[in-house]
Amino acid sequence: MEIENTQYKHCDLIQVSGRVDSSTAPRLAEAINKIIESGRFKIVLDMTKLEFLSSAGLRILISTQKICKRYNRGEVVVAGVPEFVKSVFDLAGFTPLFKMFDDSLTAVGYF
Amino acid sequence: MPTLIFPGNYDSLEKIAEFVTMEARASGLNRTQVFAIETAVDEACSNIIEHAYGGEGLGDIHCTTISDRDRFVIVLEDHGKAFDPTSVPVPDLNAPLRDRQSHGLGFYMMRQWMDEVRFDFHDNRNRLTLVKLKA
Repeated sequence: MEIENTQYKHCDLIQVSGRVDSSTAPRLAEAINKIIESGRFKIVLDMTKLEFLSSAGLRILISTQKICKRYNRGEVVVAGVPEFVKSVFDLAGFTPLFKMFDDSLTAVGYF
Repeated sequence: MPTLIFPGNYDSLEKIAEFVTMEARASGLNRTQVFAIETAVDEACSNIIEHAYGGEGLGDIHCTTISDRDRFVIVLEDHGKAFDPTSVPVPDLNAPLRDRQSHGLGFYMMRQWMDEVRFDFHDNRNRLTLVKLKA
């Protein structure tokens, strides 16, 4: 798993590629926590190059969304979501909880 | 009917996925079926490490695949503590965000992606049988 983080004026973009499973999920959590701890709560997660996402990754998404949406201070949105992730989101009941954008540019523009 | 033995570490998850998806593709399963199997096996093995062994580096995972005309079967065995599937909470997938619990999600997905999930405990070994129908 590789993570690239770009800070924009109004939000942070995280591009995650490869596999997010129990082995790699802690590193994703760490990258997200750094952003949150700096007081930034508007996050775009670009999944274009994601190859696998387990429930360990879903747990991070849900806890991050809870933290970011608190006090209406922000939100996590997802971009470039591969078909297999859409299936996982549907199965896990995540689809209503995360706004989806076709690409990260549109998602960054949302904030 | 190949069997491979992996150390019970999270680092093994990718190697287990490689083995199982290669066997699944070779047995003629389509992309969606292979993905379903990869997810179910990943959740199952994560559970074994976290719950049966109670941590990394405490035991092995034996992984066997069996393919016949109608089914692709994965058997996972460990010698951790007996796993009680009824102890896993069922997640409420319609709850509002603030009430969402993330535990039990992996187990739920494993059951949803597979056609049959069977747990046995014999001779101090957990055996988990995951079945995907080919049709």
